[in-house]
Amino acid sequence: MTRRREPPVSDEARPFWDATREQRFRLPWCSECEVAIWYPRATCPRCLGDAIEWRDDDGGGTVYAASVHSKPGPGREAEDGPYVVVLVDLDAGVRMMSNVVGCPPGDVAAGMRVALAWEPLSDGRHLPVFRPADWKL
Amino acid sequence: MARSLRGAAAIVGVADAASPTGELALRGRALEAAMIREALDDAGLTLDDVDGVACSGIATGIAEYLDLHPRYVEGTFVGGSSFEVHVEHAAAAIAAGLCDVVVGVYASTPRGDRRHGASPAAFGPMGPDVAAEWENPYGPMMPMTSYALAADRHMAQYGTTPEQLAQIAIDARRWAAMNPRARYRDPITIDDVLASPVIASPLHQLDCCLRTDGAGAYVLASAERACDLASSPVFVLGAASATDHWVISQMPDLTVTPGAISGPAAFVHAGITTDDVDVLEAYDSFTITELLHLEDLGFCAKGEGGAFVEDGKLGPGGALPTNTNGGGLSYTHPGQYGIFLLVEAVRQLRGSAGERQVPGAEIAVAHGCGGVLSATGTVVLGTEATL
Repeated sequence: MTRRREPPVSDEARPFWDATREQRFRLPWCSECEVAIWYPRATCPRCLGDAIEWRDDDGGGTVYAASVHSKPGPGREAEDGPYVVVLVDLDAGVRMMSNVVGCPPGDVAAGMRVALAWEPLSDGRHLPVFRPADWKL
Repeated sequence: MARSLRGAAAIVGVADAASPTGELALRGRALEAAMIREALDDAGLTLDDVDGVACSGIATGIAEYLDLHPRYVEGTFVGGSSFEVHVEHAAAAIAAGLCDVVVGVYASTPRGDRRHGASPAAFGPMGPDVAAEWENPYGPMMPMTSYALAADRHMAQYGTTPEQLAQIAIDARRWAAMNPRARYRDPITIDDVLASPVIASPLHQLDCCLRTDGAGAYVLASAERACDLASSPVFVLGAASATDHWVISQMPDLTVTPGAISGPAAFVHAGITTDDVDVLEAYDSFTITELLHLEDLGFCAKGEGGAFVEDGKLGPGGALPTNTNGGGLSYTHPGQYGIFLLVEAVRQLRGSAGERQVPGAEIAVAHGCGGVLSATGTVVLGTEATL
């Protein structure tokens, strides 16, 4: 298990984190505006409404930008080796920070198609990460 | 000097929340958003009308939560009277034409926070810690990671090369050679930059600013007073600011900073074009930062920054003398570098920059960029002759 700074649970995102316990990936949508929202908010930033609905998502996306980190950032350990920090544009229309795992970090580049993967956190939650979409089990 | 705020602005909507139990159901950003919605409803306005945000803290955080990109932010904190001070400042901003509609907000729920057993990190009165929850688990080294991602995107989208970024570091070092107080003064080459360690690709160590001690100050006076003083006054010809996001994963386009708004706006206020700029002092936290400024301020087209800098035009004797003290890359960078931009611009316009003086400089631009490409402030300065 990669060592990380583990994320706190905000009120707004509790449904998201709860679902990760069973490795379900859900995104908050404004059911008035019909847009996905990221990061999770109690309020739609378009209409200021509170009709937030959690919808299952397959987590497909495309790498928007990537940076290989050769020294460990805060919370990481050197022996875990280099890793790549990415911004992923999800097909649902939102962008999130993540890591791409399952291939050499240097192989990850803007434009690469990625699919959802999970890494366990210490409290039973899982952290969404990504792997190359053409990666074979 | 007479104040001219009378009648310049009016409060047009209000809202508040309280409960006999002493507790409210909503907290944090959700409560702030509810208050803003009520006050806007009261005023008959919507978020689209808002171009200014005020709170006694990081106004950019609230703005980001509401997907607002205000051109005016007010975050003065002076305790319980902060909000009266904000109204004064916002009225002055409106009178000066900086913005039209400012929404000010406050929410604090100490009882509810305690009942929820909230840890300050997760649920402070500032709202959720977005970076802790949605970025830090992935191991970023902030702020460097943000700029590395921007550089990677610029390279992928426009074919910008590491050699082109390196030229920016080289030119800063050439200026630093003429600044006796600069941290580093020895010349460097493209090979030196490319051979320096890569910590967050595609940025090399020599693409990154220094970490040094440093300090600065300035005095701004009325034009009337300024003309009676000993030194030649340097006039503010125009100024504008713009904000975009607070964390990098919320930046809509990593190749466009809010300088694309504040830069042209400040130039219009000043009545100048890029051709009129004799000296550019633009925040070089990383080489990619400088490249984005050159594009966003309009010195070259978007995507063409790499080719623009290739010939060394930012350095001594070049067509666009830039960061003439050696910049954050070679002079000093104590964390918030912006004051050094103003100080060096003033020295150049007074003709007191010594060996690195740009001959005949009449107009200088100080362009600051804070956060992680989050917020910019552009100030156009000129000698008395430019008035």
